[in-house]
Amino acid sequence: MSDLVDALLIGVKSGLGFQAIFFALLAIGINVHFGYTGLLNFGQIAFAMLGGFGIAISVSQWGLPFWVGVLVGIAAAVVLALLLGLPTLRLRADYLAIVTIATAEGLRLLFRSVSATPVTNGTRGLSAFNQSFIALAPWDTQTRYRILGTSWSGGELWVALVGWVIVALACLLVWALMRSPWGRVLKAIREDEDAVRALGKNVYNYKMQALVLGAVFGALGGMVYAVGTGSAIPDQYQNANTFLAYAALILGGAARVLGPVVGSIILLFILQFADTFLRALISNGVIPDALLSSTDVAQIRFVLVGIGLMLLLVFRPQGIFGDRREVMLDAR
Amino acid sequence: MRARSGGRGRRAFALSLLVATLAAVFAALLPAGIASAEGESVRGTLQTSRSGPIAGITVTVTDSSGSEVDSVETDDQGRFDIPLPAGAGQYTVSIDSDSLPDGVTLGPQGAERTVTVDNGRQQPVNFGLQDGSTGSGGSTIRAVQLLVDGLRFGLIIAVCAVGLSLIFGTTGLTNFAHGELVTIGAIVAWYINVQGGVPLIAATLIAMVVGAGVGALNELALWRPLRRRGTGLVAALVVSIGLSLLLRYAIQIVYGGFSNPYAEYQSQRAVNYGVFTLTNRALATIVIAVVVLVLVALMLQRTKIGKAMRAVADNRDLAASSGIDVNRVILVVWMMGGALAALGGVLLGLSDQVQWDMGFRLLLLMFAGVTLGGLGTAYGALVGSVIIGVFVQMSTLVIPDDTKYVGGLLLLIVILVIRPQGILGSRARIG
Repeated sequence: MSDLVDALLIGVKSGLGFQAIFFALLAIGINVHFGYTGLLNFGQIAFAMLGGFGIAISVSQWGLPFWVGVLVGIAAAVVLALLLGLPTLRLRADYLAIVTIATAEGLRLLFRSVSATPVTNGTRGLSAFNQSFIALAPWDTQTRYRILGTSWSGGELWVALVGWVIVALACLLVWALMRSPWGRVLKAIREDEDAVRALGKNVYNYKMQALVLGAVFGALGGMVYAVGTGSAIPDQYQNANTFLAYAALILGGAARVLGPVVGSIILLFILQFADTFLRALISNGVIPDALLSSTDVAQIRFVLVGIGLMLLLVFRPQGIFGDRREVMLDAR
Repeated sequence: MRARSGGRGRRAFALSLLVATLAAVFAALLPAGIASAEGESVRGTLQTSRSGPIAGITVTVTDSSGSEVDSVETDDQGRFDIPLPAGAGQYTVSIDSDSLPDGVTLGPQGAERTVTVDNGRQQPVNFGLQDGSTGSGGSTIRAVQLLVDGLRFGLIIAVCAVGLSLIFGTTGLTNFAHGELVTIGAIVAWYINVQGGVPLIAATLIAMVVGAGVGALNELALWRPLRRRGTGLVAALVVSIGLSLLLRYAIQIVYGGFSNPYAEYQSQRAVNYGVFTLTNRALATIVIAVVVLVLVALMLQRTKIGKAMRAVADNRDLAASSGIDVNRVILVVWMMGGALAALGGVLLGLSDQVQWDMGFRLLLLMFAGVTLGGLGTAYGALVGSVIIGVFVQMSTLVIPDDTKYVGGLLLLIVILVIRPQGILGSRARIG
């Protein structure tokens, strides 16, 4: 019983911690791409990696101030979005999907390669770039605080607080934009691109603007993650994270302002809860070791996400909040 | 079509999910990986690609105080495995460099290695012997060597990717779970070959049958019911990503995170053909791939089912109205794609060893090849894959080895700018 309570509490902490913020920001970006504009971006993690490494490289390699690093990360993500959009936004949706996933994987391989080691420190990555940010916390970052039965260090609390403020501002921005004329054009592009073109709108430009906006959200997510873990390692930015963010978005409901946020909190809670609870059951001998060993638990989480993603798409594509009519997309 | 999908489709779908779950449970009960927990040792293999395994070289291990622990000669596989009765610690391993065969020289780090052995670990030691096959010998010869290697790699991609392209052509599905068909083929063959003791060729044939079965299961249990429900192509794409995650990590749980070789054809000496060298297994890979691909092309061109496949890929409604059973054709495409992917997986495992994510890592290059040739065309996949394979290998002439896949992915993006429909694709497909 105490195992169950422990697992629940650890799950709650994970659902509110920096990882949930990371996935929420990734998913808000994907929501702008996929939910509102109908762009299939499967390389969102690349923008996050540029955000995280933007800070890491600027601060620990070039010795620049933290906030310059933030600007560098955002600028890098914008440039990548423009580079990706130029060739692919005129093509069919699945081409963008293939190109973005290829870019994300290619960039990760590049960042972890031996030849990039002088800049990114290869597979080991960079660390020690977040002190000046943590030092801004108005409370002592060394002591641990207990909130609702969960234990947080002062630094974790500070990152989570700032992160959730960023998420709230991002949601506010998306809400305001999507009820503006600009947002209505995006939704119209998702529904029928040719009709929008017939009205004299430059579809290509609108798609590009949406791609850049979502990329910036992704970069902010990567920054929160890098600051939260205190390190930037290329292999943290695996493509599976993009798919997890998609799962969070679809779980919460695509084309809804709060869908990605709620989806991320629930997804992180379920993943962490399942992880802790399964480990507890295995160490207690409730689940025999021959069936499942504790080293397999990390993989079980991805298996669950895979099954969940399939079931959601098949039986409830609109997620918790979504409108079914808005998410019955087709590749034109 | 959509109106009468109703309850039957849903029940069939639920049933097939149940079957899939049961299959996953049985798979989880299989023994996982190989466990080898003995005492500490240092081990390694002395070989180069031209000389093959080097037997009879004296390998000496001394501990940190300089006293000799043991001294052995490498066996006929070039291997040495020296137990360390004193347990973990720092050891120096040295080889007798005077007795190396002609043409084989020590690497830049010399004949001695100092290693730190952890508790319970069999510490691998690599001496990095050189035989002049890389680096020296002039860049023209190296280019030819890379061309041949690239041809082999491209043909493997092609064998894997034909199914991917035909499935896209006949159903419109961008199948992100195709890489897992490759992995499943390689791993089924590994279990039959290494744990079952069956010769690799027979194991490969069995794995191809299993691959065809998995392909058929894909179509019957998942994609056909989804098509009947009228699921959109984007939703189907995301479903295939879910399936890919599910299968990939289930495979890692069953098989483990290690890379293992097949039991046969491993320590082969590279044969010198003048301007390039090739092991016999690489030569066999090229021959098998070419023969299989020619057979596939003949089938598409000459047989009734092959013509039907091309007809469905070209225009599904027209094919249906001229009396072709479209669902049957799609099922055959899935089975063929699964069998070919399994064969490609074994061929890949033969050169790069068997790993749980080998198919996923190949998937992007398959997409690159298929897009280059023209999405949905069978011959396009062949041409595009070979070009991608050669390009990836040849690019190591100018870029470092560990970034060679980046070059292939960059090529994909460049193609999309210049000729989005691919080499053999038609303009209408890109939308």
